[in-house]
Amino acid sequence: MISEKAKPNKKKVEQVNAVVIRFVGDSGDGMQLTGTQFTDTSAMFGNDVATFPNYPSEIRAPQGSLYGVSGFQVHIGSMEISTPGDDLDLLVAMNPAGLKTNIGALKPGHTVIVDTDAFTKKNLQKAEYDSNPLEDGSLENYRVIEVAMTTLTREALKDLGLDNKSIVRSKNMFALGMVYWMYNRDMEHTLEFFAKKFKFKPIIAEANSKVLKAGFYFAETLELIPNSYTIAPSKMAKGQYRIVNGNTATAWGLLAASEKSGLELFLGSYPITPATDILHELVKYKHFGVKAFQAEDEIAGITSSIGASFAGDLAVTTTSGPGLALKGEAIGLALMTELPLVIINVQRGGPSTGLPTKTEQSDLLQAMYGRNGESPVVVIAASTPANCFDYSYMAAKLALEHMTPVILLTDGYIANGSEPWKIKSINEMPEIGNRKITTASDSWHPYDRDNETLARNWAVPGTPGLEHRVGGLEKDKISGNVSYVPENHEYMTNIRAEKVKRVENYIPDLKSEYQEEGDLLVVGWGGTYGSLHSAVGRLNDEGHKVGHVHFNYINPMPKNTSEVFSKFKKIIVCELNKGQLAFILKAKYGDKHEFKQYNKVQGLPFSVIDLEEKFKTLLKEK
Amino acid sequence: MEEVKKYTFKDFQSDQEVRWCPGCDDYVILRSMLKALPEMGVKKEDIVFISGIGCSSRFPYYVDTYGMHGIHGRAAAIASGVKLANPKLSVWTITGDGDSLAIGGNHFIHVLRRNIDINIVLFNNEIYGLTKGQFSPTSLIGQKTKSSPYGNTQPPFEPGELAIGAQARFFARLGGNSPKEMAALFVEAEKHKGTSLIEILQNCVIFNDGCYTQYTDKEVREDKQLHVEHGKKMIFGKNKNKGLVLDGLKLKVVTIGEDGVTEDDILVHDAKESDSTMHHMLVKLKYPLVTGIIRSVDEMTFEEREAQLTEEVKAKSSCVKVDDLFFSGETYEVK
Repeated sequence: MISEKAKPNKKKVEQVNAVVIRFVGDSGDGMQLTGTQFTDTSAMFGNDVATFPNYPSEIRAPQGSLYGVSGFQVHIGSMEISTPGDDLDLLVAMNPAGLKTNIGALKPGHTVIVDTDAFTKKNLQKAEYDSNPLEDGSLENYRVIEVAMTTLTREALKDLGLDNKSIVRSKNMFALGMVYWMYNRDMEHTLEFFAKKFKFKPIIAEANSKVLKAGFYFAETLELIPNSYTIAPSKMAKGQYRIVNGNTATAWGLLAASEKSGLELFLGSYPITPATDILHELVKYKHFGVKAFQAEDEIAGITSSIGASFAGDLAVTTTSGPGLALKGEAIGLALMTELPLVIINVQRGGPSTGLPTKTEQSDLLQAMYGRNGESPVVVIAASTPANCFDYSYMAAKLALEHMTPVILLTDGYIANGSEPWKIKSINEMPEIGNRKITTASDSWHPYDRDNETLARNWAVPGTPGLEHRVGGLEKDKISGNVSYVPENHEYMTNIRAEKVKRVENYIPDLKSEYQEEGDLLVVGWGGTYGSLHSAVGRLNDEGHKVGHVHFNYINPMPKNTSEVFSKFKKIIVCELNKGQLAFILKAKYGDKHEFKQYNKVQGLPFSVIDLEEKFKTLLKEK
Repeated sequence: MEEVKKYTFKDFQSDQEVRWCPGCDDYVILRSMLKALPEMGVKKEDIVFISGIGCSSRFPYYVDTYGMHGIHGRAAAIASGVKLANPKLSVWTITGDGDSLAIGGNHFIHVLRRNIDINIVLFNNEIYGLTKGQFSPTSLIGQKTKSSPYGNTQPPFEPGELAIGAQARFFARLGGNSPKEMAALFVEAEKHKGTSLIEILQNCVIFNDGCYTQYTDKEVREDKQLHVEHGKKMIFGKNKNKGLVLDGLKLKVVTIGEDGVTEDDILVHDAKESDSTMHHMLVKLKYPLVTGIIRSVDEMTFEEREAQLTEEVKAKSSCVKVDDLFFSGETYEVK
């Protein structure tokens, strides 16, 4: 392997703190790979990074169509990066459809690189352009770099004897090469990646390497690009890192919980976007004893998990909104039988099939209340791609120690988005206990409870002397036998609620970031952390006294919630839905605090700029 | 092998009062099970009964083993999870025609397809009992029920046909009033590796009384039922003179001693034949109604395949602890 260090630039080099780049093209153009390579290379260079893939639900949508555009956005910086960014500094558009659907996000005066070979009459028609935007002056507010990428790629590969399809397929690497030069990135990581990935197809590895370098050197010599940029490494905590997306982090948190608890991991799951990658990840780990079971439907996904939990495994089911709806009755069974169960819902736009590949905080109320009867369960939410690891671990811990179903909410945005994860060793993770018993005393009953947590004990099949029956019918408070006694039903209803409430004694306090008191408190939950954190950070930089609290524990809520709220003059609850957390907060604390709302339901994350504007307006209001 | 204590009927009786209607065949099934369990050589703590919803599904409460009364239709899926979590357990699913063939139809076919080693006892009474008398997926066309006052217009499933279509490796059928054969059949089902399905033709004394009398009444039983045994000729009738032969692509009833038919002409039952064509014909027959173990084919179970694959992966992998995974591959150091 020849190391290809970025050569010193003869052109001007400009230092910047952060940039937002978006690669767009057809869904078969390899934009996700291009973006991932740029991300990994930047992270290894020491930048902080955050990414946001945005792709259509069609696997191979008709070429050149507007709805078939696949994009990958990456935000890199020398400071803390907590979102994939709003407006773009650089857009790379591999075809007219990509240009049309994304040019609006590019900052005026900034650069767009286009593959002119793709701007054919046919493609322009498909993108519904009446005239060629490269010729009609409509892009005059931007710096347009026109490159015949397909032609240049073909030229670079003319001696390799590759078929046309393979040649055209590598043109994304030409674009990546150019961007590498523009941002003074080292090509080495990507060259190694090719060598590994195409180990058994050396000609493809060679082709990709050639095209990458061709793009790099082309940018270097091209006069249209007057200068390049550097982004200094970020000041991140020392340690070993890797780039993870939320779904991988979720799966790994479960692996860690399984090892720490000493219980085998059982996953019952049915494929559904955007949760399926957790299943894809866990099926790989048979060597850790993971039993990943692809069931016939969502209901079998959860009910097989309930069976596995009854039999003593750490049992998990994964899904997205519509699947959670199908699992509702079975969640009731798990809470009635008081078995530990982790239910992971990677939220997407709803209702019904909704927007499968787009993000939305769609299911908080469903997670809280979407069952028959009085049926409280623990509800928690991860808030960044990397902390999906911590919260899936916590979901398992709470389920096992409190003998309850726990719903973990993530969403498409953090599930597919990625960022650096400071790797946690299993030794750093908190202990996980469980309520298993192995010997029978004469006075033993299946519904004997721990005095502190109210968790019942867990007698699993195979244990002599503890044979017992559980089920969905109401249980006698001690024996667990079927009971229709009116007072018993009320007692059990109350105790199931109290058991979940007492989880509040085992979760951290709510903390306001930036300010402990002030003029405005910004409240969020789940995957919007990065956007809210950035927006509130900027307001504080400008001298405003704004705090940010973010809920990871929603049922129960931290005990000091109201106390934190009381330190601020105004409170605004920001959500990617019509106000589901706000609804809960109003019900719980509406007598003490007033909650304003900021809501967005476009299948997209918040824009930090929009948030800032909204907060400023609110600060000005009397 | 570990010595298993010699249990009795009483060891498996729970302290719960049995609450089925007087005269219900469910009592026969329960008694047969309590008689069969001590004969299986399985430790009491290793036995699990899982049910769905319906009259039949109260069953686990009456057996002193581990058990779960689940939710409607899902018993097979819950049982699959129990078995996959701990393959050493003997897992029984108790279900009915509404529970398994309507609301739980999907789980029913898929557990059979996968061949998970659980035993399913299907109480088929051709009616919804617990909800008080609606037609079920096995009710007959024209059957008058509370939800079909002018007669049922939905053609019924034949459970055996559905099961064989879903690749069932073990299928047996028995009248609800045959306690002796039933206990023996349960023991055979437990011995079989893979999903064992036992259909019990169970009379509902309240909502569908007499639905099987034409086959199961003591008077007509021998003439109307053919109880098959592997390796034996398919002969039935009070006088043991009726039998099955192939007539083209169909089964035909013949009388030994008439039209030159001799015992040698009668077909021998082969439950172990992997080709299910003959078994399919047997389950479809209405005269005689075929009972006994119709199909019993040995094939690797789902959990055996999984275990084998797991061993292979384990042998190849150097990743033993999660830290091996977390700290390997594409990591980088921030100094």
